[in-house]
Amino acid sequence: MTTLLVAAHDGAHLKDATLKALTAALAVGDDIHVLLAGDGVAGAAAEAARLPGVVRVLTAEAPQLAHELAEPLAALLVSLAPAYGVLLAPATSTFKNALPRAAALLDVMQLSDVTAVLAPDTFERPTYAGNAVVTVRSADPIRVVTVRTASFRPTPGAERAPAPIEAVAVPADPGLSAFVGEQFSEADRPELTSARVVVSGGRALGSEERFRELLLPLADRLGAAVGASRAAVDAGYAPNDWQVGQTGKAVSPDLYVAIGISGAIQHVAGMKDAKVIVAINKDPEAPIFQIADFGLVGDLNEIVPELTKALG
Amino acid sequence: MKILVPVKRVVDYNVNIRVKADGSGVDLANVKMSMNPFDEIAVEEALRLREAGAASEVVAVSIGPKEAQETVRTALAMGADRGIVIEAAGPVEPLAVAKLLKAVVAEEAPGLVILGKQAIDDDSNQTGQMLAALLGWPQGTFASKLALGTDAIEVTREVDGGLQTVRLTLPAVVTADLRLNEPRYASLPNIMKAKKKPVDVRDAGQYGVDLAPRLTVLKTAEPPARPAGVRLGSVAELIERLNAAGVI
Repeated sequence: MTTLLVAAHDGAHLKDATLKALTAALAVGDDIHVLLAGDGVAGAAAEAARLPGVVRVLTAEAPQLAHELAEPLAALLVSLAPAYGVLLAPATSTFKNALPRAAALLDVMQLSDVTAVLAPDTFERPTYAGNAVVTVRSADPIRVVTVRTASFRPTPGAERAPAPIEAVAVPADPGLSAFVGEQFSEADRPELTSARVVVSGGRALGSEERFRELLLPLADRLGAAVGASRAAVDAGYAPNDWQVGQTGKAVSPDLYVAIGISGAIQHVAGMKDAKVIVAINKDPEAPIFQIADFGLVGDLNEIVPELTKALG
Repeated sequence: MKILVPVKRVVDYNVNIRVKADGSGVDLANVKMSMNPFDEIAVEEALRLREAGAASEVVAVSIGPKEAQETVRTALAMGADRGIVIEAAGPVEPLAVAKLLKAVVAEEAPGLVILGKQAIDDDSNQTGQMLAALLGWPQGTFASKLALGTDAIEVTREVDGGLQTVRLTLPAVVTADLRLNEPRYASLPNIMKAKKKPVDVRDAGQYGVDLAPRLTVLKTAEPPARPAGVRLGSVAELIERLNAAGVI
């Protein structure tokens, strides 16, 4: 059987999430086809053709695919799925939205947020906010899988003869949904899920002003993305798309700096795959210190500016 | 317009769950159960639409063990008008839940279904999308804002890196994210009143849906622990360590 890897891309380039999902697809062990759905995907398709293990690249181009809406994207996946044993995509917001729709239309149970591939039909995935890891085997003829990118290292492109690129037919737009607009925050920073360094703040920051005043200069110094705990988001100190944790984003940077974050299990679930974790907290008993490689106990209002200054 | 709100009974948000030593699952004996927090947000949103005059009735439905009635009563205490409980023994996967909900939609003919984006026990994040698929309806997942019109709804969605707004034809399925609203607490008088609201209890078997799981859980394990780190005395020491680790 063959695996269909559904790529995250911006038309011109593949996103880092695709390279991580490729690592999971390679672990499945079958030939890999990569699908690029969108409206103008030539650049990303050329990159996909040079990825290790990829034997064919499929491009699906149509106006209704431009904004990654679930309804036309799921219709496309359903039209392609019968030729594949595994349909696999990174667990980005686009594919968390579209893949379960495709799975239901194929009458299969999806495996969400997979963190390890044990066999083509057997996977590990976190449940209970990461408190329990289950090993699950699928009895369905097609396995529909989303991959937690934080759990896989990227497989980069290689010097190789490019795989053939082939355009596929796009089913008619179901006509149920239309794109109205979008609003993206702070585009000058690295994207949270692919950043090499993440600086994250918790409720102990005390206010939105203080959150920005203390964290943004440190993040700038480190070239870091900014994250937040759910408590900080709930308190209105940070926007929801900064949220790291089971109900937010899972990240796996080289360096994760947790500032004023107690370390609730639901937050830890989203950042425990970081290579090095630093915790700064005034409470020496905070659970975050149990998972941090390096801990500083003290007042974040003093430590964070000192750290920012020392890095300058 | 009628709004259907599916709600799930899950382990309470504040419970520290324990994995059974033999790897057979999570220990749920004598553990506090509550309504899935994302479903509470869904109930609240439906109530606000009714209070604003955009909806006429809010019906809560839960699929699960007998005790799922308590979860439906919680929705009724918040203000839902009536409830449906579909009793099913054992775990029911999102695909089977979606099939049962499709049958309820056929009976109730709601104009909108609002439910949580994911349940905090299995963390699947599938049911709303699957229900929309089976109904052939559009879906507005991870919603942080709704604007309901007469033949369409605009849903602002939490996506990677920001927000996306889509317009969906009605009827539609919407799944609630954290920032859609802050759910109300049920007042004591409303909890008393909820006891008198109608709840229709049915058996899942009557729908003719195949409830057999497609996924077999082979093992349940604790997540691997990170080795304990070190406490440092100063910022200078921290920078030295980070340099040595090659991460700055």
